[in-house]
Amino acid sequence: MTAAMAVPMEHALVVAGLLFCVGLFGLMLRRNIIFMLMALELMLNGAALAFIAAGARWGNADGQVMFLFILTIAAAEVSVGLGLVLQMRRQIRSLDMNDASRLRG
Amino acid sequence: MLSQLILVPTFPLLSATLLLLVGRQMPRPLVTLLGVGSIGAAALTVVLLLPQWLANPEPVTVLLWQWFAVANFSIDVALYLDQLSIIWLCTITGIGFLIHLYSSEYMAGDSDYARYFAYLNLFVASMLVLVLADNLLLLFLGWEGVGLCSYLLIGFWYQDSTNGAAARKAFVVTRAGDAAMALGLFLLVAELNTLDIKAVTGAAQAQWSAGSTLPTLACALLFIGAVGKSAQLPLQTWLPDAMAGPTPVSALIHAATMVTAGIYLLARLNGLFVLAPDVMTVIAWVGVTTALMAAFAALTQFDIKRILAYSTISQLGYMFLALGIGAWDAGVMHMMTHAFFKALLFLAAGAVIACLHHEQDIRRMGGLRRTLVIPFWSFLIGSAALAALPFTAGFASKDLILLMAWASGEQGKWLWSLAALGALITALYSFKLIFVVFFGVPKTEPNHQPGWRMSIPLTILAALSIGGGLIALPLRDVLPLPNYEAEHGLVAWISAAIPIAGVIAAFVLFQRNGIASIAAVRSNLGHWLAAFWRSGWGMDTLYDRLLVQPYKRLAHWWRHEPVDVAVRLIMWVVSRSHWTVAATQNGQLARYVTVMVLGLILMLALVVRTPT
Repeated sequence: MTAAMAVPMEHALVVAGLLFCVGLFGLMLRRNIIFMLMALELMLNGAALAFIAAGARWGNADGQVMFLFILTIAAAEVSVGLGLVLQMRRQIRSLDMNDASRLRG
Repeated sequence: MLSQLILVPTFPLLSATLLLLVGRQMPRPLVTLLGVGSIGAAALTVVLLLPQWLANPEPVTVLLWQWFAVANFSIDVALYLDQLSIIWLCTITGIGFLIHLYSSEYMAGDSDYARYFAYLNLFVASMLVLVLADNLLLLFLGWEGVGLCSYLLIGFWYQDSTNGAAARKAFVVTRAGDAAMALGLFLLVAELNTLDIKAVTGAAQAQWSAGSTLPTLACALLFIGAVGKSAQLPLQTWLPDAMAGPTPVSALIHAATMVTAGIYLLARLNGLFVLAPDVMTVIAWVGVTTALMAAFAALTQFDIKRILAYSTISQLGYMFLALGIGAWDAGVMHMMTHAFFKALLFLAAGAVIACLHHEQDIRRMGGLRRTLVIPFWSFLIGSAALAALPFTAGFASKDLILLMAWASGEQGKWLWSLAALGALITALYSFKLIFVVFFGVPKTEPNHQPGWRMSIPLTILAALSIGGGLIALPLRDVLPLPNYEAEHGLVAWISAAIPIAGVIAAFVLFQRNGIASIAAVRSNLGHWLAAFWRSGWGMDTLYDRLLVQPYKRLAHWWRHEPVDVAVRLIMWVVSRSHWTVAATQNGQLARYVTVMVLGLILMLALVVRTPT
């Protein structure tokens, strides 16, 4: 536990927050669906890093359990997401997110 | 006893129903048989009933069925026959039959032959219900029935929109009077709890003192109803326009029978009206004013039917004068003789019009006395009776009214003077018509002669117009006698001489040169006055300015539905909000995410700021 505390929790949280924000801005600014999926991954990782840091700080295993969950969810999400990307590529021959918005009122 | 009385209105009603339902499919002779025959049957029934009733001249009530009953107030459908209603009964069925017979020739070429007779029969049925009604509600049913038929027949040739306008005008103007009459009936129900004519009169005389407010109000309202129906001032404007209908209709409805319904109402309720002496005075003055004004208006008309229409208004004014001064029998007498000679005049005018390619302007007529012999003599006799020359039916009744007016108290001299002036003008215009149409230079040649179905009614009515004054009306028991005697002596001679003077004046003025020869007519004032009188004293313009135009403006304003502005404002706000919100749904995923994040930040900020 002492070795792990070499990195203060605050630093880890700042990194996690920055990671989340990078993902968020990527999501907001990118139009390519693959980059958006990657940005989502970044956000998930940011949240997961926050769990790890918090678990390490209080010596609680729950943080690492949550990390495993997030990892699983991210894997599932990526597989579904990539499936969608493939379908999108086939159906509308574009990976631009705005080209897929056909339901506009 | 006298249960056959029900047959009298039933014949025309049945025939009208049949003709309305299947008249279109019937061959013309059958339509004629039904239309004319039903009135003939009704007239025959009256003729057969007459000796039976005269043997025992007691008022008879024939109860048919109960119409409705609410609480302790009930209305029966019952027919009531007494001396008053039998006079109207004879006039309606007798003259009605002659006019139906005449119509069968006059309307022979019309494509809507069956519809015409259906309406005419329905009219006669309604009129018979009106005069035979035992209570005022049944009377009102007949009253509205004749109003409806009048509307239908004025607008009979509905393809011409001016006829439709005339029909609507007649309907709306008389409805104004009917509204007042309905209010009068409501008042009677509220105060006396009955509408039975005998019971109303009896209860009114028992409960109300003469001259008090309630009888005055009730009589005034009923009188306004009579004013509307009988085309008196100020509701007379519909009658001249009612001439848009076929001429026999004008003869039957707008001269002989329907317009006398107001006279009938007043005479029938004489027991009520004697309780309102103020209203009686008003009736007399309205009558004499109308008589005079309509006479002046008739003097300046060019349309032969409009001349007769204004003369009808004028003669109805004399009847109201007679009723107003309490000379009930003179008024009823004049109703009957007027029915004879005005039907005669209208039918003769119809014959002239039909034989002259439907020409109605007297300025394009002239010299017809040799070519149209029967219409000429009919017109001459009718005009003589209208002008009340001695030895005609018109003289017997109108002279009586004049003399009674002179003797009727302190206002009598004034009433007499105005009525006598009216009589002078009446003689002037009626003989102006004779001289202009039948003398002078022929201008239009008739294209055919009237047939027997036109000539026979003309002959019979001409005989009645001369001898009708000799019919002694059995009115002593039903109408109160005036408390004064008709004037004799010098006034009587003057009254008899006035129409003769009018005829001589007409001869001097119009015999040779027609209308345009008189210097007075050519002056500026003369022109203006003639135009003013021709327009019926500007009453139409007045009503147009006062009522029709404001109403139209109001209608125009309401057409944009000012009340709906609030509702439409709500609609507008909702629809604008919808478009504003819908604009945010633009399908740009990035924008959604941004808004979502901003929202999250906002919520987080709120949660952090608010201490839990």
